[in-house]
Amino acid sequence: MTLGTKIDAPKTRGPDDSRGYRIFRIVNTVVLLGVVVVTLYPFLTIVARSLSNEAYIIAGKVTIVPRGFNLTAYKLVMSDAMFWTNYRNTVVYTVVATLISIVLTTCYAYVLSKPQLKGRPFLIGVALFTMFFSGGLIPNYVLVTSLGMKNTIWAVVIPNAISVFNLLVMKAFFESLPNELEEAAAVDGLNTYGILLRIVLPLSKAIIATMVLFYAVAFWNSWFTAFLYIDKQDLLPVTVYLRNLIAGATSAESSGAADADKVQAAATLQAVTIVLTTLPILAVYPFVQRYFVRGVMLGAVKG
Amino acid sequence: MTSTLRPPPPAPPRSPQAAHSPAPRSPRHHRSWRQALRRDWQLYSLAILPLLFFLVFRYLPMVGNIIAFRRFKPGGSIFGEYWVGLRYFRMFLTDPTFWEVFTNTLVLGTLTLLFCFPLPIVLALLLNEVRARRFKRFVQSVSYLPHFLSIVIVAAMVMQLTSIEGTANQLVSLFGGDPVAFLQQPEWFRTIYVSSEVWQTVGWGTILYLAALTTIDEDLYEAARIDGAGRLRQTWHVTLPGIRPTMVTLLILNIGSFLAVGFEKILLLYNPLTYPTADVVSTYLFRMGFQSSNFSYAAAIGLFEAVIGLILVLSANVISRRTVGTSLW
Repeated sequence: MTLGTKIDAPKTRGPDDSRGYRIFRIVNTVVLLGVVVVTLYPFLTIVARSLSNEAYIIAGKVTIVPRGFNLTAYKLVMSDAMFWTNYRNTVVYTVVATLISIVLTTCYAYVLSKPQLKGRPFLIGVALFTMFFSGGLIPNYVLVTSLGMKNTIWAVVIPNAISVFNLLVMKAFFESLPNELEEAAAVDGLNTYGILLRIVLPLSKAIIATMVLFYAVAFWNSWFTAFLYIDKQDLLPVTVYLRNLIAGATSAESSGAADADKVQAAATLQAVTIVLTTLPILAVYPFVQRYFVRGVMLGAVKG
Repeated sequence: MTSTLRPPPPAPPRSPQAAHSPAPRSPRHHRSWRQALRRDWQLYSLAILPLLFFLVFRYLPMVGNIIAFRRFKPGGSIFGEYWVGLRYFRMFLTDPTFWEVFTNTLVLGTLTLLFCFPLPIVLALLLNEVRARRFKRFVQSVSYLPHFLSIVIVAAMVMQLTSIEGTANQLVSLFGGDPVAFLQQPEWFRTIYVSSEVWQTVGWGTILYLAALTTIDEDLYEAARIDGAGRLRQTWHVTLPGIRPTMVTLLILNIGSFLAVGFEKILLLYNPLTYPTADVVSTYLFRMGFQSSNFSYAAAIGLFEAVIGLILVLSANVISRRTVGTSLW
């Protein structure tokens, strides 16, 4: 299949205007609207809280409409130098990690897509097996630490460089490319590297875009690796900044009413940080969503 | 090819891993390897870095599990100091906390499977009945959205919604109840965990089913209608069997990750007050390893978990191949 395949051609089952079915369709619409409301409500609440006066939040009066509108919390978060340092780290980690991942994944997927290659089943098996069995947290930690990657960007960008799922998606795409082009290029004297760079990659812009999206979102969202391997505050990504913020708030909350002010201030700050961290994803979401959807479906084609 | 989702092909006689085992090699075989290398060396060279990656960051840690059988000292050899046999395995098998977290894992895993597996199917079937394409697209776009959020953001949202002044408590006081500190109470943890999991995954989970639905042969509905089947019976006899391979494949995958319940999310959401229901094998392992520095003990727990996971996915795969003829490989 190609990336341009229509994915949601409606399945018409012929007209059915029985009374029961008409009622079902009304109920169905209501249910689906309910799904929309339930999905969006948390987002709207957080935005409302980020824009509200803390006093109204304490009173439990903020729903999805901001009360006591003010931007104090935004100013507060944005004036925190560490927030911006961590934000910048996230951008850097995401870019570097995505770059490495794309190169490694493309190379391996291309090799795997050559059916005549000797040892191909072995190469596929090497990757597939890791989907079902992994070394586990502790040996990974010991390894990364003893490689001296702790407190460096490499701990974040290297150990998760290849996602086997993405690899299979890309392999499926390469397999769908017409073989004749590559053969013709080989006859014209291009070697393997030349074929990959000058014939295959230009034909694969769509899949590469999809992979960039997959990897970038995963790295943008990740927190645990950084949390585990990075102790220096100014090397952390913004997700760990947010995590530390919520961890601090919960400990204040359980320590009792004395800290109520602090807790509430934290609630607004959290809301603001959530909004600022989510914003880039929300901004690109409408444009990239269809690529994701196609990518997932490509992944469903057996590798 | 027109379909976006094929039912998986019949299982090959040998799994990909079978290629590992050295086949008896004739001299001719040997020569052809040399030929392959001479002809395709450039192709093989592209695989070197990725292979190195798998070797170092995926297979070396598997070997590193050896510290589960050895005494490990932080800062010492990564393979531990000396053999202690099954000491650490005996330790956790007799550890009451281990059985508590194991039970919690099973409960949370079962609940997640019970809700997060069927609900996307239901939602996909409902979406499939929508005729207005724009409305369908809109619902889909909105329902995919939570999938793109960081788990930290989801956890932070959950905390805000369930806080004393949050949405959940606004509802409680609307019905005249007293505010509940949801995240401080063990009896609420499962509800909160599973519902946030559903919120985040249900929409995204529909994608594959919607794709599978478009591949169902139109004539089957036609035939069913001629046989007098109403909408409901068409759904039951045509639609559901049509997406069965997808369902089975996803079920196997879900079963395979059954024990790996949302480690990161639990780590973010739980606290000592909710340990009785929230603490799972992986979070216990995390605390043992990183807060108590019992690396060997934690590695033993991790190895146990990974082996059970592997056994689960292998058996689910075998069972499904024998019963419904669908399998992952």
